[in-house]
Parts: sequence; structure tokens; C-alpha cells
Amino acid sequence: MYRSQLWPRVVQPTIAVVLAAVVIGIPLWLAVITSAKSRSEANLPDLTLPSAWHLADNYAQAFSQGRILWGLFGSLLVMLPAVIGVLIFGSLASWVLARRSGRLTAALYGAGISGVVLPPAVITIVLLLRQMGLASTPQGMIFVYMGMYMSVVIFFITGFVRTIPVELEEAARMDGAGPFMIFVRIILPLLRPVIATATILVCLYIWNDVFYSFFVLGGGAVSTLPLNLYAVASSNLYQNNWNLIFAYVIMMSLPLLVVFVVAQRRIISGITGGAVK
Amino acid sequence: MSRSAPSLLERSPDVDRRRSSPRRQSSGYPLWFLVPAFAILGVFFFLPTLFNFVYAFTNWSAFHDDIQGVGFDNFASLLSDGSLLASLRITLVYAVLVGVFQNLFGLGLALLLERDTRLNRAIRAVFFIPVLMSALAVGYIFAALLKPEGAVNGILGALTGTHVSIPWLGSTTWTIVVVALVNSWKWMGLAMIIFLAGLKTIPEEVLQAAKVDGAGPWKTFTAVRLPLLAPAVTFNVATALLGSLNGFDTIQATTAGGPAQKTEVLDIFIFHTFGYGLFAQATTMSLVLFLIVTVLAFPVIGYLRKRERVL
Repeated sequence: MYRSQLWPRVVQPTIAVVLAAVVIGIPLWLAVITSAKSRSEANLPDLTLPSAWHLADNYAQAFSQGRILWGLFGSLLVMLPAVIGVLIFGSLASWVLARRSGRLTAALYGAGISGVVLPPAVITIVLLLRQMGLASTPQGMIFVYMGMYMSVVIFFITGFVRTIPVELEEAARMDGAGPFMIFVRIILPLLRPVIATATILVCLYIWNDVFYSFFVLGGGAVSTLPLNLYAVASSNLYQNNWNLIFAYVIMMSLPLLVVFVVAQRRIISGITGGAVK
Repeated sequence: MSRSAPSLLERSPDVDRRRSSPRRQSSGYPLWFLVPAFAILGVFFFLPTLFNFVYAFTNWSAFHDDIQGVGFDNFASLLSDGSLLASLRITLVYAVLVGVFQNLFGLGLALLLERDTRLNRAIRAVFFIPVLMSALAVGYIFAALLKPEGAVNGILGALTGTHVSIPWLGSTTWTIVVVALVNSWKWMGLAMIIFLAGLKTIPEEVLQAAKVDGAGPWKTFTAVRLPLLAPAVTFNVATALLGSLNGFDTIQATTAGGPAQKTEVLDIFIFHTFGYGLFAQATTMSLVLFLIVTVLAFPVIGYLRKRERVL
């Protein structure tokens, strides 16, 4: 009996805590502590405490030179319309795809979810946007993100709609409600869990994207938080300025971390669709 | 497994049993609801993909104004200077390594933190933090940690009592493994919660039955729980493979493709080539990536799904 108690009471908690402290704690500690060091001390980043604290200086400098507010504005400017758009259009299409049958629907569904797997043609996207006059604009970025993540949304939501009984719609149809009314009044509220999942995933992708935004927004007036981080880290001015890089990293990560701490359970259960409580 | 991710995860997707007459369908579910989504997909996803097949065969670049067809010249030059096959090989090695590491770590964490205690929930949240962080930021953190005089070597030195200066990001052989580990560090929290959700779906009676039959913890794991986790494995392997075939951020931040281009995956190559103004060559690589994913992804997903059905 004693032996069987040892694992759950002592060994497992110890392993879990030590593992988290080493695997996650050390890297995060390095970022936090380096962001408080002077430029010369941060040149060789280590885990020691700073000899003199430069927290306020570093954050103020990274804040102004990394254009945090402008980046935050740009990130929100492209993320919010893209996420809202892709969810509205995606769920509208998913409902029809889930309910209709036949070859055409199957083919459309296949095409609709192919983007889950296929990589976006990033170079020719730039060419297309130039021809449309949308290169380096937030509108272009919004459309590109919507095109990239439409498939993920259709994939998740179509699967979910199939689990909703048709009878719910039929009752409303008897009462004379049109398709749009049924969608808005009956289907949309039922989609809440899957829309939560899709929202979290798509927000995570877009908020942290640097590859596609580099191509699409590059050279334009609007930039995003990750783009500014890349600029801070690559400019000669900041060469080896680990203190500013990490001050920027921390400021940039804080919004999502705060959201996560506040809504942790809902986010985790949102991603796995209520399977993990 | 989960209500929100059915098609890849469920063992037998419940394809609507309540399908009703075609006549009612067409009136109740108007096709024009599909128009906005497919218009966006068509213009901003499929059209550029189609362009890939055109511009890969041209001399489009920043250096001249007109664009002319050049046949297979771009493929020929990328093949002859070895960059195409090198990038391709590196990308595949990286994708497989990430697929393996990310799932092993995720599964290990899920098993370790499976019981629903207050402590385990807190630790799960801690392991989820990297998932929320920008991959670029994660890359910079590890670039600092893994410097020859960095913290990792410092810790190893303190543990062994000697001076350690392993060039983690400077090895032409092993750095690809290191960057795969960094990327897996960032994503293992996501794999963990998918596995946790999968473990929850295993009915208690099945585990009890295994116990009654005299199976120990290891036997129960290999013979009962792992096979029943197949849908979660499918989802995790597929997302890890696909994510890493498109890998860019962590590699750019840690090595930028170096040393000696030994970690230059396709997206890094595309990024650099585009930067030089060689648009057609970048497009050619983008087309190669597209073809590779098409060739690889569908069979991999098909194989994993089939395995689910057999088990």
C-alpha cells in the first residue's frame, strides 16, 4: 500500500514541478532577467540577476523604438476583421456543405478543406496583390489570412454541424423561417463551442505570424508586433541587444498571456472542444 | 473524441444519417451561402496556387521589367546548384524530427499530468505558455540560451564541473536536430492537451477489464491505451508534419538557415531568394513545396486514418 502511494503523492508531483521549472522556467527566466540588464551585461545572456536593474529604461526604449503601440494597432487591424470574416463566411458555407448531399457538395467540401493541408503560394500572392492594388495594405493582408484559414474553419465547423440534429431546423422551417433566419437564430448559437475553438486557433496563428505578413505587408505603412520584433532583432542598431529584444518579447507576449490566465480553462477546453475539463 | 474536431479525430465520422430529400435540401440550404467563402478561397488561395504553375516557368525577377517564359530553366538551375535537393532533404528531415519529438514530448507530458489534480492543472497551463508565444520570440530565447557561452552550456558546465562550449547552433550535422527540438518545445503543449483529451475518451471499463486480466501499467499502455489514442496521434502527427513543412519562424530566429545553409528549409530558402529579387526561383521553390505536401500529406493522413480503423 505504501509503495502505491509513493508515486501519486511524492514522485509524480516532484517530477512534474522539476520538469516545468527546468524545461519552461529556465527559458522564460532568461527572457525576463535579460530584459532587465544593461546593454553590455545582456551581451552574453545568462541566468544571473542583473548587477544593476535597467528594467524601466529597456522597456521604455523597446516600447518607443520598437513601435509597440503601432505594432499592436497593426496586429489588431489585420487580425480582428480576418477572424470575424473567416468565421462568418466559413460557418455560412459550412452549414450548407454539411446539410446538402451529392457529388457537387462533396467536391466543394474537398476543395474547401484542401487549404488545411496545402501551403499558400506566398510569392504569387504578392504578385496578385500588386495587380489588385492591395500589396502592402492591411486589406490585402486580411484577405490573404481569410483565404489561408478559411479551410481550417470549414473543416472544423462542417464536422460540428453534422452533429446537430436537423429536426431543430425543421421546427423553425415549419414556422415559416427562411434559411438565413434559421442560420442566425438556430445554427449560429449552437456553433458556439466550435467557433470558440476556431477563433482561438486562428487568432494564435495570425497574432504570431511573421512569414506571410513579411511578404504581404512588407514595405507598407502598417506593420504588426512580430514584424516589429523581427525589425528590432535584425537591425544593426540592435545587434546583440538582447535586453531590448527580450523587453520587446515580453511586452508582445503579455496580452495573450493575460488573456490566457483569465480564460485559461475556457481556452484549453475550447481547443479540445470540451473534452478536457 | 472532441466535438469540435471530428473528421480527423473521430474513428467513424458520423456522416449525417438524417439526410433528407433532395428537394427540400435545395430550398433549405441555398448555394449562395457558399459564395463569399469560396470567392475568397478562389481569389486569395487557389488563384495564387495556379499562378505558381505559371510563374515557376518564367524569368520574373526584380531585375527586368518584362516577364518571359523560360521553360524548366529555374528547375534546372536549382537542381544543378544542389539547392533544391538540399532544401528538400533538410525540410523533410526537419518535418520528421518535429513530428517525432513533438508527439513524444506531448504524450509523455499527457501521461505524466493525466490525473486531474490542482497541481497537474497548473503545470499543464505552464507547458501551454510556449504555444501562446510567437515562434519568433521562442527562437530568440533559444538563440540566447544556446550560444557557445550561453546558459545551457553554463548549466552543463556546472553539472559536470568542466568548461562546456558546445556550439549548439553551429554544427552542420546536429543543428537541424536542435532547431527541431526548439520547435517541438514551442508546440508540445498543444500536443499534450490533444493527447489528454484522447486519454479522457478511453472508457473506464476498458481499463478495468485490462486490470482484471492481469495487465500491468506498461502492458495496459501499449496494448490498450496507445491503440485507443490513434485518433489523437493522427491529429498530432498530421498537424506537426504540416506545420513543420511550412516551418520558418523558429529557424529564422535561431540560425537563419545556417550554419552553411544546413538548416535552410524551403520557406527559409523562399524568404532569402525573394529578398534577392529572384522571384521566379522563389516561386519555383514554392511550387516544389506545394507538390511535396500534396505527394506526402494525403498518403500520410490516409495511412494514419486506415490504422485507426484497423485497430
